[in-house]
Amino acid sequence: MLCDHCKERDAVIQVMQIVDKGPVKHNLCERCAAEKGFETTVSAPKSSIVEFLMPLQKALATSPAEIGRCSSCGSTLRDFQRTGRLGCAHCYASFETSLRDLLRRVHGNHRHVGKRYTRPEDSTEQASAGLGELRDRLKRAIESEQFELAAELRDRIRVLE
Amino acid sequence: MTIDLSLLPDGGVSWLDASGENADIVISTRIRLARNVAGYPFAGRARDGERLRILASVREAVHQAPATREMQLMRVDELAGEDRRLLHERHLVSKELAGLDPQHPVRSGAAVFLGDGLGVMVNEEDHLRLQAVRSGFSLPAAFAAVERAETELGARVPYAYHEEFGFLTSCPTNTGTGMRASVLIHLPGLVLTKEISKVLAGLQHVGLTYRGLYGEGSEVVGNFFQISNQTTLGRSEEELLEDLSRVIRLLIQREEEARKVLLRDAGYIIEDKLWRAYGTLRYARSLSFDEAMNFLSGVRLAVGLKLITGLSVYTLNKLLIFSQSAHLSHTEGRALSESEANLVRARYVREALAAEAGTSG
Repeated sequence: MLCDHCKERDAVIQVMQIVDKGPVKHNLCERCAAEKGFETTVSAPKSSIVEFLMPLQKALATSPAEIGRCSSCGSTLRDFQRTGRLGCAHCYASFETSLRDLLRRVHGNHRHVGKRYTRPEDSTEQASAGLGELRDRLKRAIESEQFELAAELRDRIRVLE
Repeated sequence: MTIDLSLLPDGGVSWLDASGENADIVISTRIRLARNVAGYPFAGRARDGERLRILASVREAVHQAPATREMQLMRVDELAGEDRRLLHERHLVSKELAGLDPQHPVRSGAAVFLGDGLGVMVNEEDHLRLQAVRSGFSLPAAFAAVERAETELGARVPYAYHEEFGFLTSCPTNTGTGMRASVLIHLPGLVLTKEISKVLAGLQHVGLTYRGLYGEGSEVVGNFFQISNQTTLGRSEEELLEDLSRVIRLLIQREEEARKVLLRDAGYIIEDKLWRAYGTLRYARSLSFDEAMNFLSGVRLAVGLKLITGLSVYTLNKLLIFSQSAHLSHTEGRALSESEANLVRARYVREALAAEAGTSG
């Protein structure tokens, strides 16, 4: 159905106006509805991540020391800026200062006050994952040309093998 | 692998039964906790082998923990596109896990464990996304269920946790509690009285946000709003739930007032509009999904106002889920084009309403 007003775009909003004769219905596209001053309830995608990344650009400009790679997964703050996602839990340590600042801006706070957690003792899971995980990290280190890290990982794999 | 949702204790949709508090206005309450397994890169960065190992260790923990041991595993990565769509339409998996988002094709190791009102997605944006869903307005019950599963799994699989930042998540907007509590609420009264934009604008000031039926990025259709906490850090789970709860109670009250005003000031117009919505659903031969949602919103309001009687909220809730395209294709046993789906949808809605035709006017 086309917009009653511009007759070009699809009508996405129905407006019921009550005039003397009774109710009159208009089918409008979002733009015409906005031009006519109707507030729409169609949800705009939330731009929280965009807002979130804005201070990051500042952080990148002001703290060159942190434009490194995460020593565990090899991702950078710029990767985060591009995808909105961190590479691994260790990124929180690698980019701690920038992230603390960002968390404060996003949540109004950077200190967790909710449920506390203690890892299970004897995490056999981690031990069994060890070798395979190291091999994957080695591949990733080579791909991202982190040769020092790769050498260290290779030595650790040899010990376990 | 073909999907058989009848294997689930409740088809995964017991939350549709309208048994909860304020069920005529609040459809459902959903709480999810995001957790990651320590020692692995987050799912978006992990390799196939790493994700499969994560799935293996989560699977072992799920089978051991009392809260989760009855859950059924579905390997989302082994399902055909239509079946993944079906799981998503049923709100059992996110769009990302189902691989329906063009930016995120389905990942190896993507899986979901499903139980009664409880789900654990594996290898979504975070390694673990635990969620509990309840009918109506039911934050405490949903939280108790999801927290129990989270505690029991956390005793078997080590979570990524930081003393200062709390539970570490792939996106820092979830860091801290990792909790997103959301309430799916139907607010036609506030929309018709044009109060809604003020209400929605106010949400942001109290750390809440709103979305459409399918969460992040989805549009509002049929006057269904998903209201949830935006903040996850710096407040405890209990405080976040209390903030949300307070606002939802207020919204229910405002919605009830708006409905009274509508009936008082524009009674015949509203009554006419709602009966027309019912008439269309009862007799139309072709219905698009958005059209069906909008008319269902009208009928739901008419039931709430007791203009239409003999039609259950449960039936209306089921129509929300089962009149979606992948569900219609599943019922018909073949892929449907959009225009075919519109015909099948109209027939399905007609039959469902006719079966409860004890309506009065």
